[in-house]
Amino acid sequence: MKIVVPAKLIPDLVDELAIDATGTALDSTWLRLIINEFDDHAIEQAIILKERSGCQVTIVSPNVEGVDDMLFATAAKGADKLIKVNGNFEAGVNNHALARGLVPLIQELQPDLILTGVQAHNDMDGSLGALLAEYLHMPYVGYISSVSATSNQVTALKEYPGGLMAEIEIALPAVLGIQAAEQPPRYVAISKVRQMMKTVAIDEYEIPVFDIHGGATVSRMFQPESAEKATMFSGDIDETSNKLIDVFKEIGVL
Amino acid sequence: MNQDIYVISEHLRDQVADISYVMLSAAHELAQITGGKVIAVLLGQNAKNLANDFAADEVLYAEHPSLAEFTSQAYQLVLEEVIKSSNPRAVLFGHTSIGTDVANCLSARLDLPLVSSVRKFTSDGKFVSQICGGKLMAEGNLPDPTVIITIVPGEYKVESGKASQPSHISSIGVPALENMQVVLKNYIEPETGDVDISKEPIIISIGRGIQNQDNIVLAEELAQALGGVVCASRPVVDQGWLPTSRLVGKSGKAVKPKIYLAIGISGAPEHVEAITGSDVIVAINTDPAAPIFNLAKYGTTADLFDLVPLLTEKVKQAKGS
Repeated sequence: MKIVVPAKLIPDLVDELAIDATGTALDSTWLRLIINEFDDHAIEQAIILKERSGCQVTIVSPNVEGVDDMLFATAAKGADKLIKVNGNFEAGVNNHALARGLVPLIQELQPDLILTGVQAHNDMDGSLGALLAEYLHMPYVGYISSVSATSNQVTALKEYPGGLMAEIEIALPAVLGIQAAEQPPRYVAISKVRQMMKTVAIDEYEIPVFDIHGGATVSRMFQPESAEKATMFSGDIDETSNKLIDVFKEIGVL
Repeated sequence: MNQDIYVISEHLRDQVADISYVMLSAAHELAQITGGKVIAVLLGQNAKNLANDFAADEVLYAEHPSLAEFTSQAYQLVLEEVIKSSNPRAVLFGHTSIGTDVANCLSARLDLPLVSSVRKFTSDGKFVSQICGGKLMAEGNLPDPTVIITIVPGEYKVESGKASQPSHISSIGVPALENMQVVLKNYIEPETGDVDISKEPIIISIGRGIQNQDNIVLAEELAQALGGVVCASRPVVDQGWLPTSRLVGKSGKAVKPKIYLAIGISGAPEHVEAITGSDVIVAINTDPAAPIFNLAKYGTTADLFDLVPLLTEKVKQAKGS
């Protein structure tokens, strides 16, 4: 079985996010990119399936800063083939455009199963997986947290609110939006990643033009205005803890 | 194209999901601007009465045995026809496990624009989407012609999407739903833990900031001292550090304690939507821009590893005195 995992690097939310001079987009000057955590889970799920039944796993990712390191890390985990996608990503490529651009590449790869993160925190025009499924005329199911595969179908667990799960059978080829892998994404030692850098090649694929229609144009980006911002306790921790003790007493839990 | 706003209602196992009412409430706001009607769409089998309290000008009901339970493919096939034949100004879906499976695919299939994670509409009809884990909002004009929108909770109230009188319900046709590629086999019930967190009055909740499993003991000691339970946001549960029964959030449980102490939790929308029923939220997070502070009544950017052990000691002292 062939599995393709499209994975994206997105802004690290731990860092401060600044708006650029146009006021309509994130300032990318100091932006640190990390793998979309749901894509990380999709990679893990693909590797789990490989270990279980010997699939071939290909990771596909837009060529932005940090992509080589990310791809080599997936090779260290067990991915077989790495492809970075070249194109003008600076211009604000949305998921509709990326999905359209990936279609010829994925058709060429002929996967039985495509696993990708159910969403990314900066998605504004839907999720990549669902759009890709539709452009490839494959079924799509998202919010998946477990996958087992046979030759012509997968059985997957779909998450609903309250911890309820649905066991769903999906005919292959199909696209699944992964919420969580069956186990946490594995850790790989830096030494193993470095070894991959020396021994594994990254293929390249060109998307010459992006067709972004299907998304919306942002006229203003801003930090949320909160009507009631929290009362902040500052000072040393002794003082802060005393104030929290007062809060506990006030609420009546102490 | 007309100016109507369609709302694709969600229900699961004979229960209308709250997001359906949130969407109806949002649709009324948008319809006032467009000058159209609010049309609710309900798909199901023997489910017509679920629409009885929908605050809509009209309800369209599609009935079929294959619609008794949600599957993405059956919903897509029915709604594709509904949208194609009606050409409304906007179609609202929940930004949920049900809504996004359908909305995203229909945008590509029908070649219609899609705006996701919309939290509110401005008075001049612009969308405001909540992105980057709730840290940023993005505003813009609704694209033409018919726009597909996924709605996140937070702005619109469930109550304003409910009506005391049932609306007119008309049945609509259903296309062939045979030989489906996506088939629901069965439901798996939620894991029942030692406690029902939705009923706990004191919750000490931990997020990614707790860093590793060994540090959970800090939260456990505080919970023990206060007489509460330890819960967590998604990253902690995904790591397997706490069972799913302790998950607070979109895929876990909603909670309504007297106090929700969020430790190292940033406040991503998926988490926030499940804690809004709390009486008081107190947040400890070193990032002053963490969205949790927009919701919390009290907060501090003190380092949890310094603060929590000291707090535990002081709680013990206070209880001992």
